[in-house]
Amino acid sequence: MPVAISTAGLIKNFGSTRALDGLDLSVDTGEVHGFLGPNGSGKTTTIRVLLGLLRADSGEVELLGQDPWRDAVELHRRLAYVPGEVSLWPSLTGGEVIDLFGRLRGDLDRHRRDELLQRFLLDPTRKTGTYSKGNRQKVALVAALASNAELLLLDEPTSGLDPLMEAVFQDCIREVKAEGRTVLLSSHILAEVEALCDRLSIIRLGRTVERGSLDELRHLTRTSITAETVRPAQGLADLEGIHDLEIDGAHVRFEVDTDHLDPAVRRLGELGVRSLVSHPPTLEELFLRHYGDELAQEPERADPERDTTPLPRP
Amino acid sequence: MTSLTGTVALTRFILRRDRIRILVWIVPLVVLAALTVVGIKGVFPTQAALDQTAAATQHNAAAIAFNGAPQGLDTIGGQVAFQFGAIGMVLVALMSIFMLGRLTRGEEEAGRLEVVRSLPVGIHANTLAAVLTVAAMNLAVGVLITAALIAQGLPAAGSVVFGVSFILVGLVFGGVTLLVAQVTESTRVVYGVAGAVVGAAFLLRAVGDIGDGTVSWFSPIGVAQKARPFADERWWPLLLLVAAAVLLVAAAAALAVRRDLGAGLVAARPGPPAAAPSLGHPLGLAFRLQRGSLFGWGAGVLVIGIAYGWIGPTVDTFIGQNQALAQLLTGAGGGSLTDLYFATSFRVLALLAMGFAIQSAVRVRSEETSMRADLVLATPVSRWRFAASHLAVACVGSVILLAVAGLATGLSYGLAGGDMQSVPRLLEAALVYAPAMWIMVGLAIALDGLVPRWVGVSWALLVACLVVGFLGAVLDLPGWLQDLSPFQQVPRLPAASLTLLPLVAMSAIAAGLTLLGLLSLRRRDIGRI
Repeated sequence: MPVAISTAGLIKNFGSTRALDGLDLSVDTGEVHGFLGPNGSGKTTTIRVLLGLLRADSGEVELLGQDPWRDAVELHRRLAYVPGEVSLWPSLTGGEVIDLFGRLRGDLDRHRRDELLQRFLLDPTRKTGTYSKGNRQKVALVAALASNAELLLLDEPTSGLDPLMEAVFQDCIREVKAEGRTVLLSSHILAEVEALCDRLSIIRLGRTVERGSLDELRHLTRTSITAETVRPAQGLADLEGIHDLEIDGAHVRFEVDTDHLDPAVRRLGELGVRSLVSHPPTLEELFLRHYGDELAQEPERADPERDTTPLPRP
Repeated sequence: MTSLTGTVALTRFILRRDRIRILVWIVPLVVLAALTVVGIKGVFPTQAALDQTAAATQHNAAAIAFNGAPQGLDTIGGQVAFQFGAIGMVLVALMSIFMLGRLTRGEEEAGRLEVVRSLPVGIHANTLAAVLTVAAMNLAVGVLITAALIAQGLPAAGSVVFGVSFILVGLVFGGVTLLVAQVTESTRVVYGVAGAVVGAAFLLRAVGDIGDGTVSWFSPIGVAQKARPFADERWWPLLLLVAAAVLLVAAAAALAVRRDLGAGLVAARPGPPAAAPSLGHPLGLAFRLQRGSLFGWGAGVLVIGIAYGWIGPTVDTFIGQNQALAQLLTGAGGGSLTDLYFATSFRVLALLAMGFAIQSAVRVRSEETSMRADLVLATPVSRWRFAASHLAVACVGSVILLAVAGLATGLSYGLAGGDMQSVPRLLEAALVYAPAMWIMVGLAIALDGLVPRWVGVSWALLVACLVVGFLGAVLDLPGWLQDLSPFQQVPRLPAASLTLLPLVAMSAIAAGLTLLGLLSLRRRDIGRI
């Protein structure tokens, strides 16, 4: 499968701050790729390198087979971008801005634009200075989705949208995917990533720490089990990979490393299972497990570009 | 008063945050005043020299139009007030406008005030803190100027009146700024409207001083000069300025409680749902974004041009039949007194056109820091095209402003009793400033490309041109320093003859600087570096 985005060993410094520290990213053509990481981990910096706005200090970047710094203009005919913090010209209306971007890209599709305006319930006659954050984001989204771009770079595109609009957004991304287009979706809304993404990359401190499909990543974490057994649960504590075991008479709750699920379930079977509830690890748990402990110990790193919405802590 | 809770803390915060900016305004103003005294003492070493120039200036309508009514000119102090008064008060007015506009509407527009207001802070606290800061700055300027004048042996009474008039003019324009900041939502518009009021004040004063002086009473600068420092000082005109400042601030406070945070008194109206065909390329966008300011500066240039043209025919009648005096005023360079007057008029008008040129050129940077450039550069628009579009508007727009200045001055001169044949000459005299505009645009983009943080220095360069242009001779600045100002290289038409070499050389330098800037912009990172 051809690769839409590939970076290897990407390094970017802002003065003495290292924003990207050997970042590897690989996005296949036609996939929706989740791009996760805590605030200041380098997501926005990566996307701005991919846009050719920043020049990486070292490492390799290829976007749609071209160099994003050297071939920026050519590449930008084939991609669309939605920033997390959309800042527009206050004296222009939303409709004017959408048309402007469509014409600058050279593929303004009036029919599609009007349809998207309706779906996102956006009033194109209002000056962008009077828009809320969510409405400004809708302007950028409509402009990007109305294009024929084969690659969409979306940097926390829904952080200001309400749940209804979030649903519209997810529908739109599914359509984009069905058309065979590629999406890089940076997001803090993990439900959105779970719903949309085929694969994801998790970065921390400017470095890729996990990548793969959601299923693959789930193996790296724990499943939580709640059960009621005939005989009091004994011997569970001796098993490998069991955590947070709580026994209350016949009721037992514990978490188990997904790799060690099998022996734990066997043991429960031996005890006689009356009821059993098993939660697969959510992306949120996966995420928190990856950062929760470490974040508390790491010194806070300031994002030189901007701050984004805070990530819930455990 | 709970509406003022937090004022002290906010004032300290502003002083801490803006300490450099505050000094950059105050120190040069005071130093300029002090240097003017030194310069005047050098230019007029004897009482005879002072007497001679005082007699001649009575008949020099050009000098009166640009500096003020002739009063106390046979003293060093009177000369200082004459040479530095009007221009110094314009500078102190600009200081109040830019500081107060930034600290009030600027903070509000940026959304920072919202965070501050969510704290236990009174509704008027930020405004009052800003007013206190700017008032303290004006006070510092006035007191230090007074001290500098007294220290150099000028009479105390005149020095105090002169210093106090600076404080009060600054406060009046602070009040104007505060009032405008309540009405409009855009900081840019605040600067524009308040700047236009300064222009009007300068103009009304000129018209009044050329005539019987009545019209000058409508200008804060004119009123300040009516206090006659170093002539026979009188205090009561200054009370008018106090009253005006108090009324303006009170009116602003009354309006402030009637509006929502972030809003103006004029609500934004809906606009077109789709873009006009012209808004489809970077140049169209740049023009659309700068159209308003082009019209604003254009209106200023038009009005001032008409006024200067209208005064034109008076200049020669002032001097009457006294040929010896005419010789003295025009100096060895030749040219009529009227020509000399128009040459100076176009210096003023060209400074305004240059204001637009710089404002448009630094737009490249402000688009970048506001992250709007990201959105444009993420489309198939190269950095080169993005920046060049704004620069094109700057270069062409400023030349249009020069043309408006030349035509307005020429036609108005013709209608007022001069001759219509002068129109092409005056148009040419205005247009020769074009290469000076382009040099400033080139400097702004070169700064943007090489040291983006320092783009604001472009405005300091404009003020430097103003100072060199109007005080260069009096300050006795070294020749090489004066020559650095592009304004000094422009042939002073219509009083001098047209020489092409400096114009060609300046155009070439401008092209080189622009190229350097654009190339550097292509090589560096885009963003709030």
